[in-house]
Amino acid sequence: MNPIEEHARLLSRREFMAGASLRLGTAAMAGLLANDGVAAESAGLRRDAIGGVEGIRRFAPRAKRVIFLFQSGGPSQLDLYDHKPGLRAQFQKDLPDSVRMGQRLTGFTKDQKSLPIAPSKYDFPQCGQSGARVTELLPHIGGVADEICFIRSIHSEAINHDPARTLIQTGSTQAGRPSMGTWVSYGLGSEGSDLPAFMVLNSYGSCKRTPQPVNVRLWGSGFLPSQYQGVKLQSVGDPILYVSNPPGVDRASQRRSLDAISKMNELNAAQFADPEIHSRVRQYEMAFRMQASVPDLLDIDDEPEETFKLYGGNAKQRGTYAANCLLARRMAERGVRFIQLYHVGWDHHQNIPRDLPLMCGDIDQATAGLIVDLKRRGMLDDTLIVWGGEFGRTVFSQGRLTRDVYGRDHHPRCFTMWLAGGGIRPGMTYGETDDFSYNVAKDPVHIHDLQATVLRLLGIEHTQLTYRFQGREYRLTDIHGRVPKAILA
Amino acid sequence: MSDEAWSGRGLRTFVRLTWGLLLLGGWAAASPAVDFNRDIRPILSDKCFACHGPDAKARKGDLRLDVREDALAVIDLESPEQSELLARVLSKDADEVMPPKETHKAVTSAEADLLKRWVAAGAEYLDHWSFLPVNRPEVPQSTSKWARNSIDSFVLRRLDRDGARPSPLAGRRALLRRVTLDLTGLPPTPDESEAFLNDPEPDGAAYERVVDRLLRSPGYGEHMAVQWLDAARYADSDGYESDPLRTMWPWRDWVVKAFNENMPYDRFVIEQLAGDLLENPGMLQLLATGFNRNHRLNNEGGILPEEWLVEYICDRAETTATVFLGLTWGCARCHDHKYDPVTQADYYGLFAYFHNVPESGRAVGSRDAHPMLEVSRLEDIERLEQLNARYAPLKKELDRIGGSAGFAAAYQRWEKGLDAATLKKLPGNLARTAVAKWNATQKKAARAYFLNNLHSGAADLRKSMRPMERELTALKRSGAKVMIMTEMETPRDTFILNRGVYNQPTTKVAMATPASLPPMSPDLPNNRLGLAKWLMSPDNPLTARVAVNRFWERYFGVGLVKTQEDFGSQGEPPSHPDLLDHLASEFMDSGWDVKALQKRIVMSATYCQSSAGTPESYAADPENRLLSRGPRLRLPANVIRDQALFVAGLMVDQVGGPPVKPYQPEGLWKEIIKGRVEYRRDSGAKLYRRSLYTLWRRAVKPPLMMLLDSNERDTCNVNQKRTNTPLQALLLLNDVTFVEAARGLGARMIREGGRNAGDRIDFGMRVCVGRPATEKERAILGAELTSSLGRFEKNPTAAALLISSGESGRGAGLNHAELAAYTELARVLLNLDETMTKQ
Repeated sequence: MNPIEEHARLLSRREFMAGASLRLGTAAMAGLLANDGVAAESAGLRRDAIGGVEGIRRFAPRAKRVIFLFQSGGPSQLDLYDHKPGLRAQFQKDLPDSVRMGQRLTGFTKDQKSLPIAPSKYDFPQCGQSGARVTELLPHIGGVADEICFIRSIHSEAINHDPARTLIQTGSTQAGRPSMGTWVSYGLGSEGSDLPAFMVLNSYGSCKRTPQPVNVRLWGSGFLPSQYQGVKLQSVGDPILYVSNPPGVDRASQRRSLDAISKMNELNAAQFADPEIHSRVRQYEMAFRMQASVPDLLDIDDEPEETFKLYGGNAKQRGTYAANCLLARRMAERGVRFIQLYHVGWDHHQNIPRDLPLMCGDIDQATAGLIVDLKRRGMLDDTLIVWGGEFGRTVFSQGRLTRDVYGRDHHPRCFTMWLAGGGIRPGMTYGETDDFSYNVAKDPVHIHDLQATVLRLLGIEHTQLTYRFQGREYRLTDIHGRVPKAILA
Repeated sequence: MSDEAWSGRGLRTFVRLTWGLLLLGGWAAASPAVDFNRDIRPILSDKCFACHGPDAKARKGDLRLDVREDALAVIDLESPEQSELLARVLSKDADEVMPPKETHKAVTSAEADLLKRWVAAGAEYLDHWSFLPVNRPEVPQSTSKWARNSIDSFVLRRLDRDGARPSPLAGRRALLRRVTLDLTGLPPTPDESEAFLNDPEPDGAAYERVVDRLLRSPGYGEHMAVQWLDAARYADSDGYESDPLRTMWPWRDWVVKAFNENMPYDRFVIEQLAGDLLENPGMLQLLATGFNRNHRLNNEGGILPEEWLVEYICDRAETTATVFLGLTWGCARCHDHKYDPVTQADYYGLFAYFHNVPESGRAVGSRDAHPMLEVSRLEDIERLEQLNARYAPLKKELDRIGGSAGFAAAYQRWEKGLDAATLKKLPGNLARTAVAKWNATQKKAARAYFLNNLHSGAADLRKSMRPMERELTALKRSGAKVMIMTEMETPRDTFILNRGVYNQPTTKVAMATPASLPPMSPDLPNNRLGLAKWLMSPDNPLTARVAVNRFWERYFGVGLVKTQEDFGSQGEPPSHPDLLDHLASEFMDSGWDVKALQKRIVMSATYCQSSAGTPESYAADPENRLLSRGPRLRLPANVIRDQALFVAGLMVDQVGGPPVKPYQPEGLWKEIIKGRVEYRRDSGAKLYRRSLYTLWRRAVKPPLMMLLDSNERDTCNVNQKRTNTPLQALLLLNDVTFVEAARGLGARMIREGGRNAGDRIDFGMRVCVGRPATEKERAILGAELTSSLGRFEKNPTAAALLISSGESGRGAGLNHAELAAYTELARVLLNLDETMTKQ
């Protein structure tokens, strides 16, 4: 007897209100069955068949899912994507006040006597038909430049890591708001039935000097019900916490225990009538299914050798960025809605030429491999890929400066991120910076604009995905956000 | 497309509205008259105030609708149906209609009807309910035999009005489990159940004896503390970047102690907000002020201290407003509040009270975040204070001697006469440097050494000081350095910050309480102490209501005001306004007696009702807002773990002390905070302490607690989440904490449960859910036991593996297969919905 079917007839009023279909596993994972005790939710918010907010899609969705390749620490736009050949002639000259315009600096450089210009030492070959300029350090990404839309005019106001990362993930520099992935899974529900809608993967880069932590609250649910928080895959021990049976318990005996628990709960439900009890039974069933689906997700032995040629040999090694890119594709195939990667180690204050190539080596082939792989499978069209960090880096050097040794401080006023796939116009560059890559010169795109764009491509008007908390309707884009239409395909 | 797409939203608003009306039918007398606060303010607030409300900068068309005199510009009292307000709301013209279409806040026809009736009746305004003084409503007369105290009279009146009936009282077993979990965070033991069951006293008296016993147990304070620690965003780390650990735990112990000693709530608040400003504050009162230092601290390199100082102070002001006033203060940081009468000037007026702490905002982390206080364990603080009091004058005398001319001369003689042999015996780097080459620091050290050890004039003094110093050091080592509040002599200037940005000061403001609340008495000092006393003054309409509402939520899962965090006009009005005011006024009249309030609530028939509803009653009122049945709620995270330890016989019941590190999956800290401190889990007793003492590291919170919806404790959040997820099932089925607890419980079933399987199963049920098994349950559990036993007898390896989980040992002398089978059975018991629920 299948307990899911057994309980389907016992749908509670809440589920009835929510118009739940019989795809209970899906709905459970998307949090449909939760009693979250929050006003807006319990007031009868309508849920569609897969646990999303009914009618939240106001546009035809261009993407079904998002893979966010977050490069934590602040990669240098000046050495990767924002080509400024004119700076070579400005070596060691002070950044003109007319460019800086009194903008604040961090505590690292605000007392520095001069702000000497450090031109990038790298070449920027033209790539593909589009002729985009991409650093020589990222040849594979350069090779797929025609799939990519580079945005050079991203800007943020946060100047330190924690608030900047919090802004990009939650729309606010202060803690307490839900993560982007949480908003998306809350709004759209889940397409898969056996995996969480929002999953997180973390890797540490080859540059070990600045291993800043990525706080768990970056994928937290904030004031949204906690079943929408990101579920992180661990690189040691249980891939999803507590997914393995206890030692000495096999799958058959776990099944028997679950049956006993269900039967006991049924007896209790007969007496108490609380729909929460049936909901609990279904959560246990879902948990049991996850105990099979998670190992299946991680079992990369079924991948042909070709896969590892594409992503690089590191993809075989659990916990690397390359392995995480491959897992991202496997999650995408299994219906995970929002796949958040973090790759840590881009905070290069001291010596870009020493540190940056290490990080580029980590990510270049696997990132491009992911794009190629998705394209081959026909999934790039409905998968949105986002690449970027929390801010860029300054044109002036922090500390020692030679042609071959220079560091760069945090720079939120302009930096480059890129998008590919799901509804993005490929092979284009959007936005311009000034000659020093210090200020946005044309078509600024704020972090809130980026967030609005991600939601738009998923079919959501960003002002409409809201949640009432502390007396007001909160949203990912706070009170801002504007979609740069030119980058939409 | 858009109409269809929006039907979901429309329905949501409609449901909220009708549900609200249904609930609030009892707000005023049951007449069809329109009530401004119940019917009209919510509409105006949600649909109009954003552009026509208190925020002057956001105001459109120079029209405000939150003040009657201004609203009359669009309300025609002579011919109400001609009112511009109604015309605009009802307009079909897309350019005319209000609210504008793009806000998606269209007024429904039900709402429009209310507005029409309100305008026709003269468009009367009332102040928002929570800003009006606390009433002392008369307790309704009731002849019901069901009612036990005044709470029940109010609840019955509300039920009568809705034609609903209360549920019968729960049986003694169920009631004992409910109240024991609620007051101590642990379930009753089978012995306690039997004693209560067999108590010949009538129900009321027998139950009261139980309640009094529970209120006296130390577990009461530990359990009550958790909710307060959540509100106070207490944690054991700083919360940014590398997230260094901090030592605020003595403050946590202060909270436990305060609840256990039943400190009156006014003192509890005043000491936490302004203990340092009381006359001759003791160490405990200084320690209490740690409340306002529990916010996160940024230790990131390259931060600008002035920016972060502002963040910390905003956190204090907003926490204060949320915890004590139930107001969404954060809205006014950047602009006047859009819905409530809170201006940006009000925001910075409150901010100013917290702006005068001699702190830097610099990235030093909490280890040196002045001002700080060194304290011992709480139980030794009195001794520490005595010692300090005796030691201080001696130290002063020693300093006097050290500054005297006689000493200076003696020192000179000694220094001149130093030979190589004596020099070598000097401490530290003095011995390694020739006297002539001593720098200023070394000279100072040498003088101190001479004074402390050699100078004859100070010898007796030193002799009496030494043992005291040894004891002081030992005492302080048992405690910790805690961040506290103190006040600078000259307060910092405070300015309104343009859009809340730290480096954009505009108008200077003074410390001031919010203008729309009753003013501070002129007898009070205008500082943090005055602020605290103003909060607790009887004419403050919010403090007592917010406090009793929070306590109420502990028992029923939802407050009488559902929006704990928002008593403003966007919050939900109370389901039982008179009951709320009755409890608030009684709380104040009792001298803010916290235990008496808890007792009043749990003694009520309302609380003691059976929670066995019908599918219809759960469907009609899923959150039990009418209180027609007893509470039925999944237990909070800490109670689920603590209960498991307790029923397993593993719990180490020890109050207070530094945080502990129980089981946690391998590598968690490492994956998040690479290369920094690793999680070295504790062993022995520390694995089995109450979850209250589990180390709370903000960057990597204990996953067990987070999966079960524990408060995050990054910033102040007074809402309790309660979800039901598959990850929780994985945790409770598979985590070593619960598997070890299952083995402990299994061993107890064998040892204490009797000879045969039926008795042992009964014992397990009694321990976990406070009642014996029914026949059907015994059959289900018995079959499970038999099947497991068969499996483990065939597979001794599996048995050995299962019973080896955790540190507490395999249960000496027990048969492995049998113990493993009972462990499996106990795992079932620990995963029952009934076990993790109070019902």
